[in-house]
Amino acid sequence: MSDRSVTKPAPMPTMTERTRPPVRRGFGGGPWGGPGLPAEKPMSFGPSVRRLLGRLRPEGPKLLAVIALGVTSVVLVVIGPKVLGRATDIIFSGVIGKQLPPGTSTAQAVAAARGSGKGNVADMLARMHVVPGQGIDFSALRTVLAWALALYVGSAIFSWMQGYLLNGVVQRTIFRLRAEVEDKLNRLPLQFFDQQPRGELLSRVTNDIDNVSQSLQQTISQLLSSVLTVIGVLVMMVVVSPLLAVIALVTVPLSILVASQVAKRSQKLFVAQWANTGSLNAHIEEAFTGHELVTVFGRRREVEQVFRERNDQLFEASFGAQFVSGIIMPAMMFIGNLNYVAIAVIGGVRVATGAMSLGDVQAFIQYSRQFTQPLTQVASMANLLQSGVASAERVFELLDAPEQDADPVQPVIPVASRGRVEFERVSFRYHPEQPLIEDLSLVAEPGHTVAIVGPTGAGKTTLVNLILRFYEVDAGRITLDGVDITAMRREDLRSQIGMVLQDTWLFGGTIRDNIAYGNPAASEEEILAAARATFVDRFVQSLPDGYDTVIDEEGSNVSAGEKQLLTIARAFLADPSLLILDEATSSVDTRTELLVQRAMAALRSDRTSFVIAHRLSTIRDAELILMMEAGRIVERGTHEELLAARGAYFRLYSAQFRGAVDAADESAAQPAAAAPVGLR
Amino acid sequence: MLIRLLRKYLRPYWSGLLAVVALQLLGTIASLYLPSLNADIIDKGVAKGDTGYILSTGAWMLGVTVVQIVCSIAAVYFGARAAMRFGRDVRAAIFHTVGGFSAREVAQFGAPSLITRNTNDVQQVQMLVVLSCTMLVAAPIMCVGGIIMALRQDAGLSWLMLVSIPVLIASIGLIVSRMVPQFRAMQARIDDINRVLREQLSGIRVVRAFVREQDEARRFAEANAALTRTALRAGRLMALIFPTVMLILNASSVAVLWFGAGRVENGQMQIGALTAFLTYLTLILMSVMMATFMAIMIPRASVCAERIGEVLRTESTVVPPRRPVRQVHTRAELELRNIEFRYPGATTPVLCDISFQAAAGQTTAIIGSTGAGKTTLVSLVARLFDTTAGTVLIDGVSVRELDPDLLWSRIGLVPQRPYLFSGTVASNLRYGNPQASDEELWEALQVAQARDFVEAMPGRLEAAITQGGTNVSGGQRQRLSIARALVRKPEIYLFDDSFSALDLATDGRLRAALRPQTANATVVIVGQRVSTIADADQIIVLEGGRIVGLGSHEELLESCPTYLEIVQSQAAAEPAA
Repeated sequence: MSDRSVTKPAPMPTMTERTRPPVRRGFGGGPWGGPGLPAEKPMSFGPSVRRLLGRLRPEGPKLLAVIALGVTSVVLVVIGPKVLGRATDIIFSGVIGKQLPPGTSTAQAVAAARGSGKGNVADMLARMHVVPGQGIDFSALRTVLAWALALYVGSAIFSWMQGYLLNGVVQRTIFRLRAEVEDKLNRLPLQFFDQQPRGELLSRVTNDIDNVSQSLQQTISQLLSSVLTVIGVLVMMVVVSPLLAVIALVTVPLSILVASQVAKRSQKLFVAQWANTGSLNAHIEEAFTGHELVTVFGRRREVEQVFRERNDQLFEASFGAQFVSGIIMPAMMFIGNLNYVAIAVIGGVRVATGAMSLGDVQAFIQYSRQFTQPLTQVASMANLLQSGVASAERVFELLDAPEQDADPVQPVIPVASRGRVEFERVSFRYHPEQPLIEDLSLVAEPGHTVAIVGPTGAGKTTLVNLILRFYEVDAGRITLDGVDITAMRREDLRSQIGMVLQDTWLFGGTIRDNIAYGNPAASEEEILAAARATFVDRFVQSLPDGYDTVIDEEGSNVSAGEKQLLTIARAFLADPSLLILDEATSSVDTRTELLVQRAMAALRSDRTSFVIAHRLSTIRDAELILMMEAGRIVERGTHEELLAARGAYFRLYSAQFRGAVDAADESAAQPAAAAPVGLR
Repeated sequence: MLIRLLRKYLRPYWSGLLAVVALQLLGTIASLYLPSLNADIIDKGVAKGDTGYILSTGAWMLGVTVVQIVCSIAAVYFGARAAMRFGRDVRAAIFHTVGGFSAREVAQFGAPSLITRNTNDVQQVQMLVVLSCTMLVAAPIMCVGGIIMALRQDAGLSWLMLVSIPVLIASIGLIVSRMVPQFRAMQARIDDINRVLREQLSGIRVVRAFVREQDEARRFAEANAALTRTALRAGRLMALIFPTVMLILNASSVAVLWFGAGRVENGQMQIGALTAFLTYLTLILMSVMMATFMAIMIPRASVCAERIGEVLRTESTVVPPRRPVRQVHTRAELELRNIEFRYPGATTPVLCDISFQAAAGQTTAIIGSTGAGKTTLVSLVARLFDTTAGTVLIDGVSVRELDPDLLWSRIGLVPQRPYLFSGTVASNLRYGNPQASDEELWEALQVAQARDFVEAMPGRLEAAITQGGTNVSGGQRQRLSIARALVRKPEIYLFDDSFSALDLATDGRLRAALRPQTANATVVIVGQRVSTIADADQIIVLEGGRIVGLGSHEELLESCPTYLEIVQSQAAAEPAA
């Protein structure tokens, strides 16, 4: 009973429900000739099983121990009934012996039995240790039963040890699998995450891996003992009668054919079940994340409608999978009984012709029972096994997703970066058909502030994403201090860069930990200094737990502005040579903002900074302003130069800042404006 | 909890379950009958070389097998259907319950845990039901059958069963009860994995920018190791069950032989009865083994059921009124009366003694430093929370008495974090008003200053939006979120710091375009920039959860020092720096 034969995928026939003509649905038997449409998804049950088992390889020695213990346990289980059988014999002998008159010999008893025409009894007596006149030999019985008990205790211990070890093997394997997925996520390009619903990925790591773990745990030991039993029994059958063994074996391909036909159908359903679990999870994740909006926009009904649809799909798939895979066991039982009758018929004929002894046929029939029973057992686990493999497949699919380009083998390690950034004829597009940045060149001198301005969608964020190598340029190159950034390792590059994004992302942890995110090696003083410099300290002091306040997973216990401050503190602490700021200060309240602006100005002083700027002060202070439109730099220069040019920047400036300048000038004219601001 | 959950959600499918029991009964009887046919074939057929008998009995045997197979296939059909329907219904019940939660309950459980409960936990319980229907039902039938047959053989040995069965139950019970806490911990660890991973996925740019992949991997590894440790502990206990059961049952058969031998010797028992007793004991053994296989699943399933029950039992703190007021006004006068809000257990309220009125057609702006309670105030109006004291009134009716659907249908909320759903631009815009025509969408986009960039997107209204709106910039997201509220054409607009990511010019144009749109509506704008709110009809200055100023821009410049301070700081921040 090898996995391979059951699971070998038929490469050609297209088994996909969708490609199969509905009329033919339900036709059993061989593969459809079919119009050779490519299957939607290759059936990879076999390879997936092999791969899953391959995962167990690091546990090799332990696995061998598990197998050894399994063998021992199976042997003991097989011996057990034999020993008990001897106990029965002793009792039987005692009973017979008591009936015989004392003093007669066994031979006499046999002869007497034969004489009275009871040939069978005579044969039996001849094989037994009967002491006529004597009852049950309790001391012999005690010894035998003690042996039996010892065997059972031994078998229990071995089976416990096997279970204990196997548990470790499975759990460690699953641990590695999860770790590998996590590792993989770190090597996947950002595009991958742009396309995948979060809940779907989560489902693979929780639901699917969990399912694999359960299937492995529950099926391995059973599979193992079943396979061992089958092998043992097969050996015994060949020894007793090669002919009948061949007949018994005829049922094997039949079983395999039936099982694989059923499994093929149910496997697809299991794949669908777990895919539907993923898509349901994605919907749940999204609905729960946007819970507030769902409520206020009165979308509960619609969201539940989508849920119902996906839930129904999941129901259909999982019901179908369970039902179809549930057919395997009864089918195997039928084949087993068919086999039984066949052996009985042929055995009967051979006994009649004297070619075989009755005892041998009887033994053989026993063995053939023992032979089909484990097969049925394996079949009864088909649902667990298939479901587990379907989940494993989804995990492997994730592990096989194309990764971002590997870091160079011999990376250039940037030393004391000065922060000169140069774009050389860079082109980039997110979608191949939709050009975004085309042939862009620019130079940012060390210590300079580069303000990027322009309408939304002009490619400002993309520009800084390229510096961080979140995405790879399609053409041209970007250099840092003359070194192509693709020649460095990503982490070496990024550790030179500090970033504050529009999206304030904090993790569930204390405020201190969140600030320290920028530099895990920072001391308490450095953290506090960063917090003070970015005015985090002020609001943290008002919190009852101070820096130990735990930010919950949604970050709902600090306001958006406070979160923004925390992300600034985080970047501040990182102390990078290159800064990327993306409208970072926009939702900090304006009194705080002034102070943050100052701190940022100080932070920027020695560093090259790319600022996606909306603040006039930032823009005016910048050494270089890049005016972007539709992925191109349409103008570049200083504030004064660009104003003098009376081009796009001038128009933007007039539209955006004129009013603000006038309004501000008015209020600045009031005497109170000179007073210290913002601090209370 | 497990039983209650099963009872409640399996009840509709009792007929199916009944069919399963009946079919399993029939199937079990058939399988109990088969061994005697087997014996007949050997004794009367094979032994005598009677091929005809073998064939006829064999045919009969195959006939019985067919019955057995039909029964078990039908049982699987009904069983799997009932179990999967059960799972489907429980999932739907959880999802529905969570849908009715207020923001507070969602935060209390945490979204990751709610997600696990909605899928993984249900999966565990459902698995138990599946296996119960396909395997467990047969076990007691076989067990009872075996016991009856055994008792019929000899009552003198039945005391052995009175010993071994309680011992068996007690030892399984002992192990299982120790597994329960492990499994409870295990589900919590799965929550942790979900939480860590979800955080990593949402913060992936920050993680990469700060080169913290290693640390994140470590954080994940910790959660992973914790889960593995718990799973190992649970698994070790689980590994005990099977050998224990086997040992007890095998020891019982040894005992049967020992004590049986005595009875046989004394002539109290026939030897045939003894072997038969043993056979039935084996049958009982088999069934208990099957039941044990299930018992392994019960601890985890019951923990999962508890966690599901926790969700289902939790009632939303925002309770819909028993007799909701359904009056419809076209104008919505908003009034807040002595509002107080504090988190449970908190000593200082987030909001305190807030009273103001916002008339239809008027714009009320709320300004104040970070953490002043502005967002909470907006949430109270939208009844995402309930006030701890005081009343929010719309047209003189407390929001607690309004039909929630009606209340929400009158509100257009633009939250501080503009979250977009995966789908298209159009599907997001139609979020609050599925009937809106394309023209209406374009109109809203026009007002929200989003028309230009949507027109430039491939597919325009049908352009794809990723979950959370991560494929558009923050400013674009904010404008789409505003457009979404506009499409709804509500009577009350709540803009929670919704212009923060916009540049001043866009902000100005947007507000100018908004004015005619919201001419008859009550508009509440939470803002940071004075320029955004200066032209509001009334401005409320919040500080530390209290109103420290209320009036127009000019009035407040005169009367409210906090407001003046804000204005001056902004003036200084902008051009004078």
